[in-house]
Amino acid sequence: MEVFFQQLINGLSLGSIYALIALGYTMVYGIIRLINFAHGDVYMVGAYVGFFATTQGWGFLPSLIISMVVCAILGVVIERLAYKPLRGAPKIAVLITAIGVSFFLENGGVLAVGAKIRTFPNVFQEVQYHFFNGSVVITNRQIVIMVVTVLLMLLLQYIVHYTKTGKAMRAVSHDTQAAMLMGINVDNTISATFAIGSSLAAAAGVLVGIYYNAINPYMGIMPGLKAFVAAVVGGIGVIPGAFVGGLSLGVIEALVSGYGQSLYRDAVAFALLIIILIVKPSGLFGSNVREKV
Amino acid sequence: MRWKKSVVTAVSLVVTASLLTACSGGGNKDTAANAPAANEFVIGGNFELSGGQATFGKAAVNGAKMVFDKVNAEGGINGKKIRFVVLDNKSEATESTNVATKLINSEKAVAILGCTTSGDTLGMVQLAMDKKIPVLSTSATNPKVTVDENTKKTNDFIFRACFIDPFQGTVMANFTLNNLKLKTAAVLTDNQAPYSKGLAQFFKESFVKGGGEIVADEGYVTGDQDFKATLTKIRGKNPDVLYVPGYYEEVGKIVKQARELGMTMPIMGGDGWDSPKLTEIAGAAALNNTFFSNHYSSEDTDPLVVDFVKRYKELYGEVPDSMAVLGYDGALIMVDALKRAGEPNPLKIKEALAATKDVQTVTGKISYDEQHNPIKAAAIIEMKDGKQTFKDKVAPK
Repeated sequence: MEVFFQQLINGLSLGSIYALIALGYTMVYGIIRLINFAHGDVYMVGAYVGFFATTQGWGFLPSLIISMVVCAILGVVIERLAYKPLRGAPKIAVLITAIGVSFFLENGGVLAVGAKIRTFPNVFQEVQYHFFNGSVVITNRQIVIMVVTVLLMLLLQYIVHYTKTGKAMRAVSHDTQAAMLMGINVDNTISATFAIGSSLAAAAGVLVGIYYNAINPYMGIMPGLKAFVAAVVGGIGVIPGAFVGGLSLGVIEALVSGYGQSLYRDAVAFALLIIILIVKPSGLFGSNVREKV
Repeated sequence: MRWKKSVVTAVSLVVTASLLTACSGGGNKDTAANAPAANEFVIGGNFELSGGQATFGKAAVNGAKMVFDKVNAEGGINGKKIRFVVLDNKSEATESTNVATKLINSEKAVAILGCTTSGDTLGMVQLAMDKKIPVLSTSATNPKVTVDENTKKTNDFIFRACFIDPFQGTVMANFTLNNLKLKTAAVLTDNQAPYSKGLAQFFKESFVKGGGEIVADEGYVTGDQDFKATLTKIRGKNPDVLYVPGYYEEVGKIVKQARELGMTMPIMGGDGWDSPKLTEIAGAAALNNTFFSNHYSSEDTDPLVVDFVKRYKELYGEVPDSMAVLGYDGALIMVDALKRAGEPNPLKIKEALAATKDVQTVTGKISYDEQHNPIKAAAIIEMKDGKQTFKDKVAPK
């Protein structure tokens, strides 16, 4: 039982990272039906901004906020330069552009900061909390990751449901043409979506840097893919779905390595993607909407 | 008229074509005459300058350059200078093949130094064998590098400057059983790295043979960053020792996360641990009570080691890690062979390398056995407050 609780903690802290990245995936897909493959690399940029901020002696919260702001701007720039000119183009063209942006960020990162790994300065003095005679351990870093994730998720729900931008986002995702006719500035709404999604990815990047203490320019690839799986599992385009999808993917991975074979972990994650796509393509939280023709 | 015109065209075409062929024939002759005269030794360097093992490649190149620069400053070999051309294989086996092709075809290298990891070196073994260009890896410790797995024959163009995995795995197994007197071990292997699998295999074999028991055998892949689930599983088996024969980036995270989970047992590994990054990632306190086998220790008081460490520090401003030493030693072995070969001829260099005997290097006096492996001792390093301390030296049996 203690082992199960430990694995649950392991899984939830890993899953929180997936959830934060998955939120951006899901929001962008919800609004312009684009799988933004560059999203994992925005997360990498976020980690590096956090790294440079903390090495300048900034604390955790200022670094987190700076990184979120920088990546929000980066997200908007990417959208304006790479995706907006292709607004009327076939979806496949935008998808390929997204892959191009992803490669650009990875290799541009290698050029700018070098390929070697960087290690974060110690932002938090580590504190461990023991339960069940020390057999269940949780560290303050894990708690920070989970708390920050939940807070950002709540903030996002507030923005989407109670602000003007959020209402515009929901309207655009529902029907872009009609939203435009109602006087909503679609371009600005899309930019806002990219800004919010990218800042969440940046937060995940900073948290990962502090938690695992090593970052490199290719770090976004695998978590990006996993977050994509999480978004699909939860129902791509559905915000609470991405959150639950991310957390459950983390827990599933932890349980697979803990009770099964450690090397099957990635295989199980991607098998889950395939199963969901076959059984319920709209995801756990998605409703079956017929494609408009 | 029309007919005549086409005849003229046809004839002129034939003439032009033959002229062109004649020209290109002449061109061929010219390039043959311009082929690099044998007035220098071109040594290719195939190293990890970027990617996961970038610190290995850079250190090895630093070490090798010290030797080649010194030889050139002293007038070269038989009046011929050594030109050391280093290309980046990005820590990838496929890229290593491309780099070797470039070095052989474009740079006309007569021998290749590198790579630092077994996986990357294996990427160019077949190519070097086909092109008959000798390769001297500085630190590929997997036996497969110099011996064909299927035929059990020695790859006659492949050599190395380091000892091999069976030796490293066996040394740590014996160290655990005899020096630390511990009986149960868990093994955590990087299943994507032939190096890690090699060490793990020989550790397990020797450990069981020596009366120990392997209680958990788990894996991960290069680039993973969360190991807590696997470590929790291992913690449940309560082993005396955790053996992690991986590279420093993942090892650093594993040690950190294991200590976070309250696992206090000794953690051990091999030469892949040797990097200042290990301490940065894991943290000094987490690394207490960890041991690894290595090619040398910078704390060793042997005068040869002391002198090398001093000169390296002067040049590059840091303490040389074992990759730097092996880059240096690899270049020493290469220069010794070049001197005996006397000319930039790959076949003669290969013969000279195979006959290597009693070459004095920083990691010991080296002679090759019939499988092109140097016979020398291993050092065991203990990490104390983030610093490497020299624990023991184990000679081959």
